[in-house]
Amino acid sequence: DRMSIERALMAETEPEVRIKSQRIEVNTGLTQEQAILEATRCMDCVNPTCMEGCPVSINIPKFIKNIERGEILEAASVLKETSALPAVCGRVCPQELQCEQKCFYVEKLNQPAVAIGYLERFAADFERESGHISTPEMVASNGIKVAVIGSGPSGLSFAGDMAKLGYDVTVFEALHEIGGVLKYGIPEFRLPNAVVDVEIESLRRMGVKFITNYIVGQTASLADLKADGYKAFYVGSGAGLPRFMNIPGENANGILSSNEYLTRVNLMGADSEESDTPVLRGKNVVVVGGGNTAMDSVRTAKRLGAERAMIVYRRSEEEMPARVEEVHHAKQEGVEFLTLTNPIEYIADENGRVCQMKVQKMELGEPDASGRRRPVPVEGSECILDCEVVVVAVGVSPNPLIPNSVEGLEVSKWGTIEVVKDKMQSSIPEMFAGGDIVRGGATVILAMGDGRKAAKNMDIYLTEKYLSN
Amino acid sequence: MNKIVEKEYFSEKIVKIVVEAPLIAKSRKPGNFVILRVGEKGERIPLTIAGADIAKGTITLVVQKMGVSSTKVCDLEVGEYITDLVGPLGKPTEIHNLGTILCCGGGVGVAPLLPIVEAYKKAGNRVVTILAARSKDLIILEDEMRKHSDELIIMTDDGSYGKKGLVTEGMEEVIKREKIDECVTIGPAIMMKFCSLLTKKYEIPTVASLNSIMVDGTGMCGACRVTVGGKTKFTCVDGPEFDAHQIDFEEMMSRLGGYKNEEVDKFDQFQK
Ligand SMILES: Cc1cc2nc3c(=O)[nH]c(=O)nc-3n(C[C@H](O)[C@H](O)[C@H](O)COP(=O)(O)OP(=O)(O)OC[C@H]3O[C@@H](n4cnc5c(N)ncnc54)[C@H](O)[C@@H]3O)c2cc1C
Ligand SMILES: Cc1cc2nc3c(=O)[nH]c(=O)nc-3n(C[C@H](O)[C@H](O)[C@H](O)COP(=O)(O)OP(=O)(O)OC[C@H]3O[C@@H](n4cnc5c(N)ncnc54)[C@H](O)[C@@H]3O)c2cc1C
Ligand code: SF4
Ligand code: SF4
Ligand code: FES
Ligand SMILES: [Mg+2]
Repeated sequence: DRMSIERALMAETEPEVRIKSQRIEVNTGLTQEQAILEATRCMDCVNPTCMEGCPVSINIPKFIKNIERGEILEAASVLKETSALPAVCGRVCPQELQCEQKCFYVEKLNQPAVAIGYLERFAADFERESGHISTPEMVASNGIKVAVIGSGPSGLSFAGDMAKLGYDVTVFEALHEIGGVLKYGIPEFRLPNAVVDVEIESLRRMGVKFITNYIVGQTASLADLKADGYKAFYVGSGAGLPRFMNIPGENANGILSSNEYLTRVNLMGADSEESDTPVLRGKNVVVVGGGNTAMDSVRTAKRLGAERAMIVYRRSEEEMPARVEEVHHAKQEGVEFLTLTNPIEYIADENGRVCQMKVQKMELGEPDASGRRRPVPVEGSECILDCEVVVVAVGVSPNPLIPNSVEGLEVSKWGTIEVVKDKMQSSIPEMFAGGDIVRGGATVILAMGDGRKAAKNMDIYLTEKYLSN
Repeated sequence: MNKIVEKEYFSEKIVKIVVEAPLIAKSRKPGNFVILRVGEKGERIPLTIAGADIAKGTITLVVQKMGVSSTKVCDLEVGEYITDLVGPLGKPTEIHNLGTILCCGGGVGVAPLLPIVEAYKKAGNRVVTILAARSKDLIILEDEMRKHSDELIIMTDDGSYGKKGLVTEGMEEVIKREKIDECVTIGPAIMMKFCSLLTKKYEIPTVASLNSIMVDGTGMCGACRVTVGGKTKFTCVDGPEFDAHQIDFEEMMSRLGGYKNEEVDKFDQFQK
């Protein structure tokens, strides 16, 4: 009986082994037998509520039933109908809060959900490793040039959909690598770059062009691109601006943003001897924050040899925005969690390098605007923590490059681009936007969903303007 | 990939290169910089655009050998390529017709000063330029600077060329002699600090161009943060030029040493 099968367990590399390198993947994937058995659990519901939980509405029962039948390549092509990056989402989507939370097993049976994310990863990895990578069906080229600003998941999913619809798509990226946060932020041990690169290759084969080292608004203006024949623009420029806490001593050496820390390691390869880019190592590394970025940073610190890698977070573990799996993995790896603790000052040595931080204990009060209980300082609870490296991971703000350089673009007081919600169209009709630059920091799959929505609506806009009659 | 089309040694450690970068040549303004990377394991480092030729589609960079990455740039030959080059970055210099401008350049900071001197002159100002270096062989771009300045003063620490003395001694002489409406200083942090202290005494508005440690150059990492007027700013997007009298130079100089040990290790490795 389908319902009596236990949910598949993901195999993992042993913590002692994996903390030796930034480049050993933690989750190693399901075996084919495991995947087929897990797929058997899915009841192929008449009303598949799981799909409502997926921001890109992947046809979940259809791809899973293909796995059950052993038609894995077929399953992969179902995924590709709606998602440009299934191998990525299968790894980093907060499935427990999205598709899986809406699964019949959870909603009606109070049992563990079908492991949709694991299965998605399995099908995508199988296809990649088989070498039989399918290219989606393409409409004949219509010759209309469209520019994408930013090569994160949002820009990539938009580019894929537009290419399928026959547009001539060019993606402009400020950095020297394609992928946005997928490359410079999320570490190799969770998402190998090679996986991202294969998906980018697929887009290339679909005719999408990529131009790196190009900052739209600086290398050339929007007007220049228009003069070059671009008819419409999709802004997926992300939330790249790191926030600091503005507490005394925060500009001491040894204190850096999670963006700087992760970029040095993930984009520049500073964990390796051969890289010319330096990175700071320390015996005691403190990471401030409780999100995915904080977990990625603290686990990176462990891999760079920290004896004590610590999370300092002002609320309790329950309120942590990081995925449960990340917290679990971090604990397995020996990361220490100092919750209900908040830094208030940094102390530097005679060379200006941080050596200690002053923290304050917190307790939880009434819920705040976010619905989480507000942390309040406990009087007289200050104490000192030794640290040679501090990584500040308390959030990011929208990237100001495009909002600052495009005249007439409506921007909210938080710096996000204002769009008509269901269309993703900005106050400039030929400019659409989505992902973190609109949401101010969200998830890979939401960014991708925005890209798809924008593609659909930009197609309508451009068809009306240039292709009708 | 950007091709090197010209190369000239100003001294053993200072190299001028002309690089193909047509879009940047077109859009750059005085004060802008680029970030580049040599090789697949290369580091991203910032360099100021010292000049551009729109017709030829090239930009000029003047690089001083410091450690691994600057040495790799200096070792590239004509016909070879820079792996990655992005720009123009940073806010351009605000150029107005103010009257008399005192431009002070030290070391390799003279290179980024050149387009600024040119622009101030073009805007109708009287420009007095002071170039300072330890000794004669480290004075660069003398002819170009002379061409665009109303007066050029050269100061060397050892007196091997021009006048003997520090840049500030030359400045004070000019300040006492005529009314200066604005001062621009680009060079080693310590030099900019002392220029700034001097002009503060004489209440002359002063701009300094900072060379903080950078990674992305687009406001994404915060490595380049400095304190200006008590507030944290990102040099790459809020600068690189700031009101010198508001800059916390002590913090800025300390931050330049933030990766000292790691850099020395990388250099030792590189030389092996
Ligand atoms: C460390 C970390 C871990 C995360 N972990 C997860 C996770 O496990 N699961 C999850 O779902 N989400 C996670 N997120 C969030 C997720 O990565 C983001 O929500 C998502 O990447 C947003 O995608 P985007 O396409 O909007 O922007 P980004 O991925 O930020 O990409 C924007 C790109 O645009 C470029 N750009 C900006 N301005 C310009 C310009 N003017 N011209 C050219 N290019 C420009 C930038 O260089 C960048 O490459 C994580 C984020 C971080 C930082
Ligand atoms: C806006 C700006 C414009 C600049 N313009 C020029 C120029 O026109 N010509 C020139 O020769 N130099 C310029 N510099 C300085 C140049 O970037 C550094 O000398 C170079 O990065 C040193 O790298 P390295 O690996 O050779 O030396 P390292 O041995 O790694 O470092 C030597 C010193 O250089 C500084 N430095 C190291 N890494 C960086 C980095 N990523 N970014 C900035 N500084 C760093 C540090 O203070 C360090 O102590 C500029 C810097 C900035 C911020
Ligand atoms: S993309 Fe994410 S939310 Fe959608 S099915 Fe896959 S794992 Fe679930
Ligand atoms: S809700 Fe669960 S059981 Fe039903 S189709 Fe979706 S995954 Fe299968
Ligand atoms: S160099 Fe990264 S924010 Fe300035
Ligand atoms: Mg270096």
